[in-house]
Amino acid sequence: MTAVLRARALGKQYRRRWALQNCNLNIPAGRVVGLVGPNGAGKSTLLNLASGMLTPTAGTIEVCGGRPAADAGQLTKVGFVAQDAPVYTGLSVADHLAFGRRLNPAWNDDIARDRITALGLDPKQKAGKLSGGQRAQLALTLGIAKQPELLILDEPVAALDPLARREFMQNLMESVAEQEMSVILSSHLVSDVERTCDYLVVLVDSRVQVAGNMDDLLATHYRLIGPRRDLDTLPAELHVISASHTDKQSTLLVRTEAPVHDPSWTVSSLTLEDLVLAYMHESANTAVRPKLEVLR
Amino acid sequence: MIRLTWRQFQASAVGLFGALAVLVALLGATGAGLADEYDTGLTACTTAGGDCQVFIENFADDHSATFLGVMAAMLLLPALIGLFWGAPLIARELESGTLRLVWNQSITRGRWFAVKLTLTGLATVVAAGALAWVVNWWSTPVDKSMAKDFARMDPLMFGTRGIVVVGYAAFAFALGVVVGMLARKTLAAMAITLAVFVGLQIAMPILVRPHLAPAISTTVAVTEDNAADTQLSNGTTLLISARPADKGAWILADYTVDPSGKRVESITLPASATQPGGACAPGKGRGSCLELVADMGYRQVLEYQPSGRYWGFQWGETGIYLGLALGLAGFCSWWVRRRLS
Repeated sequence: MTAVLRARALGKQYRRRWALQNCNLNIPAGRVVGLVGPNGAGKSTLLNLASGMLTPTAGTIEVCGGRPAADAGQLTKVGFVAQDAPVYTGLSVADHLAFGRRLNPAWNDDIARDRITALGLDPKQKAGKLSGGQRAQLALTLGIAKQPELLILDEPVAALDPLARREFMQNLMESVAEQEMSVILSSHLVSDVERTCDYLVVLVDSRVQVAGNMDDLLATHYRLIGPRRDLDTLPAELHVISASHTDKQSTLLVRTEAPVHDPSWTVSSLTLEDLVLAYMHESANTAVRPKLEVLR
Repeated sequence: MIRLTWRQFQASAVGLFGALAVLVALLGATGAGLADEYDTGLTACTTAGGDCQVFIENFADDHSATFLGVMAAMLLLPALIGLFWGAPLIARELESGTLRLVWNQSITRGRWFAVKLTLTGLATVVAAGALAWVVNWWSTPVDKSMAKDFARMDPLMFGTRGIVVVGYAAFAFALGVVVGMLARKTLAAMAITLAVFVGLQIAMPILVRPHLAPAISTTVAVTEDNAADTQLSNGTTLLISARPADKGAWILADYTVDPSGKRVESITLPASATQPGGACAPGKGRGSCLELVADMGYRQVLEYQPSGRYWGFQWGETGIYLGLALGLAGFCSWWVRRRLS
């Protein structure tokens, strides 16, 4: 399987602070990847490194087989919709499509115009007069009509209301299905990625906590509830991600490849939200832990 | 990219070129008449056999307002270009985040910057060149009538005629671009650009231009012919200034030395000189007084840049500013490709 994004010991430092540290990722092509994590976790930094807007302080990153933004050919392969979907406020919607057409060799004008029509945008409207949702859609249209191999979206729906949010995501998924492109999108809300993504990367405190197929992740994580017991007595194949105890009872979130047979536990599966929150919580409690990667 | 650059540049280009067009049209409409008026006036007073000084002074008076207006336009244009074309070129894209939009089209940063810089830079040179050309043509007769007060090499005249304004404008533009790129805020970049540019424009004639070529230095006895100003105070203290025969020269130093060659602030006359019948007595005319001073051994030291160096200096200074502008553009291009994010 070819990797659409490959990061090795990738790091980015701003002055004294590391925004991203020792990041190793191998994202296969053809996926819709959800990058989740709290605000300030380094999601934007990672995506800006992947689009070549930033250069790494440490390590390497390869996107679609090349260094990000190395040359015009590389730029053609990757589309990037930056946070807050910047557009030229003084230019009309049609002007945006015109420069997209001129600046991108693989530009598909039919897709662009169809999308603008479907969204009900007036081509003569100045981009500065569009609503937040419309602006995000315009930026997405530019990204999609460019027909990249990989489309990166940095918090594309953060500023949108729930309805526009859903509409945007649906719209994106339809285009992805038609064009067979890989997508990486970030969000600080699990619900945004739950319905649309099939691959998950959790980034907390400038480190990758977990990365893998959504289905695999859900199939290997469980919640165990049982009588209170010491964590040291657990079998070795159970990796405890979080644990909480009352006087009589222990609740554990664990990762394991093998089924849990111990009858003293009540075993239940996790929702994606539980899973992500568990990893965020873990990171908050323990200072440095070796990162976990699930690749099957 | 050319089209996008133009669409972004359009508003500010139309604004400045519009104002420039009005000014050029105004000067163009009046220039020919002005030259005619000056020539016929001179011919008339010469054939009448009279002194043309009265006509020249009247002519200068009549047109002093436009003369100063044109001078202001020439001083302002480079600053305006730096502020409104240079500073926002990158700063506005940084501010609005559109850099992240345009840098993700299939065009490299280097190319993006080269197109923007070249197009706006060319507009800068065209605007400054056009204004300079029209002003040089229009102001020829007025400058002649003003020659007594505004020498050709005088800093104010030198900086607002000839070709230097093209160099100033190119430099101000490049300065604005670099400051905008580093400050990342349009408004702050405009303020810094203005401050730096004005500072440099003041420093240039004080620190650099006098040394473009070694100044000519002469020590002369002051006579009725070369005296500029004489001033007698406290009865016996005489202050003298002189000027070289070259009326267009830029005088850098003008001071009196005593017979031993030491610099003195003023000359103390013998009491007898100012008494009735003395060489410097009131109503005697300054010729005899200057003769007395020369006999006492006082001389005047004059240092100046002669008007013959005008075009050499014009090209030299234009070259300096264009060189600085190119250096800034090169730095900017490097920074955009390697450091900017």
